[in-house]
Amino acid sequence: MMDKTVNQKAWFLVLPVFLIVAFSAVLPLMTVVNYSVQDTFGNNQFFWNGVGWFKELLDPSSDLGGRFYASLLRNLAFSAIILAIEVPLGILVALSMPRDGWRVAACLVILALPLLIPWNVVGTIWQIFGRPDIGLLGYTLNHMGIDYNYVSNEFDAWATVIVMDVWHWTSLVALLCYAGLKSIPDAYYQAAQIDGASRWAVFRAIQLPKLNRVLLIGVLLRFMDSFMIYTEPFVVTGGGPGNSTTFVSIELVKIALGQFDLGKAAALSLVYNIIVLIVCWIFYTVMTNAGVDHTKREGAV
Amino acid sequence: MARIDLVDLAQSYSGNDADPESFALKPISMTWRQGGAYALLGPSGCGKTTLLNLISGIVTPTRGQILFDGKDITPLSTQKRNIAQVFQFPVIYDTMTVGENLAFPLKNRGVPKAQIDARVAEISELLDLTPYLGRKATRLTPDAKQKISLGRGLVRSDVAAVLFDEPLTVIDPALKWELRSKLKALHRALDLTMIYVTHDQTEALTFADTVVVMHDGRVVQSGTPQELFDKPAHTFVGYFIGSPGMNIVPAEVSGREARIGGHVIALQRSYDKLPAGATIEIGIRPEFVHVATPAPGLLLAQVERVDDLGRISFARVRIGGVKFAARVPQGFSVAGSDVGLVFDPGRVHVYADSRLVEGVA
Repeated sequence: MMDKTVNQKAWFLVLPVFLIVAFSAVLPLMTVVNYSVQDTFGNNQFFWNGVGWFKELLDPSSDLGGRFYASLLRNLAFSAIILAIEVPLGILVALSMPRDGWRVAACLVILALPLLIPWNVVGTIWQIFGRPDIGLLGYTLNHMGIDYNYVSNEFDAWATVIVMDVWHWTSLVALLCYAGLKSIPDAYYQAAQIDGASRWAVFRAIQLPKLNRVLLIGVLLRFMDSFMIYTEPFVVTGGGPGNSTTFVSIELVKIALGQFDLGKAAALSLVYNIIVLIVCWIFYTVMTNAGVDHTKREGAV
Repeated sequence: MARIDLVDLAQSYSGNDADPESFALKPISMTWRQGGAYALLGPSGCGKTTLLNLISGIVTPTRGQILFDGKDITPLSTQKRNIAQVFQFPVIYDTMTVGENLAFPLKNRGVPKAQIDARVAEISELLDLTPYLGRKATRLTPDAKQKISLGRGLVRSDVAAVLFDEPLTVIDPALKWELRSKLKALHRALDLTMIYVTHDQTEALTFADTVVVMHDGRVVQSGTPQELFDKPAHTFVGYFIGSPGMNIVPAEVSGREARIGGHVIALQRSYDKLPAGATIEIGIRPEFVHVATPAPGLLLAQVERVDDLGRISFARVRIGGVKFAARVPQGFSVAGSDVGLVFDPGRVHVYADSRLVEGVA
């Protein structure tokens, strides 16, 4: 066996990356860790608080813990609802897209439009669109006899935020699925025709299995995005009415910048971060195992 | 199970008004009898896959009709046509087990469960798939996948025909032999009409009892392997089938004589009424002409090389500018660059504009 050549120069190639990551990620994160174990009464005076903030955060009976769990539940519910709508809807849109010709280009452009709009603009669009006095949607609904007001009614606020997210992001799922569908060879459809498969059987036996991987990526992206959603609901409802649309990130900003409770906010953001990491890890594990047959290969059939 | 008739069937991918010479399939009429084993043989792009897809309904013909047992099924969709097709690349439904894959075509047609089970058992037995029926159809070798595809093609007992579109392309050469003889056995066991598309003459000649040779969108000849070898109806069949292919040499033919550059070759039949203005050629298979020591009365040729194929050797020679192959008799060694050619008169065919001309005895 040959020994590897020793070459310490390689460190110079890795060093810039270390520096950049340290400067942009590790050091800022450490300041957050630093804040999370201290208390301050302003004037740049800090006192050691140990794991006090974390204890309070994870204790549902405290004010901080109560707000954290409530916003976390709301956030999970929100993510679950938009995933349950956007994934099937995205698949449906992708399935009904034309297969070739200029119509494909037209559809792709139209689908890409919502994705190109800045998030606060999306919020503003829906904030105005839903207003009962001057918004087309709010005005129309109210004149149809539906009492719709996202400022005062919790259900209306939720509905508006969800519809807005569906409007904004279904395209992403649809585009991913469209790419997945495009990669299925024609032979599969021809074989299914020969086998007499119904439209539904074609979907179950060919299209859905082949979409597996892009769907997993789509779900991951949409979960992450909806789990850290801030701008759009903040612009439309400001987290209200009451706290009914206050998601974790909105709560976090309230604590950090509204109350200037840096210790509590730091503890919350670290826990938030850990949840995101865990979810990512779960997705990663599922994705790398997807399609892997655990039964041993029994040689040639 | 049915007889399949093609009536003036033609296909153009650029519409009915396109130049007829550009058609992927020029108008053909022919009959496929029930229970036959057919091979559609031709080079890539000759229209054989188009013809197959027309029969299965994946492609709708530009012109003409397809009849199953005399019934016009041209407008019917693939699902309603009662046809099975196996594709070049195996298609496997990999969320299902091997057994579910085989049952899929029957299940889709609402066949009762007991009947499905019986038929799947029968087909899996024939294809040696029985031990794997309960296994998920993922991570299989290409030949295992293609066996499952074949199984799905064969599982329906009531199909008008089973079409194979170069199904052994992805299979290892060693397994090709095995699967091909398996198919042949299945044909005998199941009494199905089978149409097998290939560009490999060995595959075609070993599988089929009728070989249909296609060239440039036309069927140029259909017959038994022996007929194709002995009496090619078209110069294309002559050199596409056989290894090496038939020798085709421009010649002047009148009566019972063919003239190549002043040299006269005797013919067994008389050719008096050759079409005027046509290009006249004679064709003879290398097996039926042998080299000899140059002598008066023999056509003289220049040797380029000798190919030793084991049991038989062929000399590659030139007559003027035309390449020619001829058998080297056992024990004969080519000395010098010139040889004489000895023709078997009964095996010399005359072609006018590439088509065989029948002589008068």
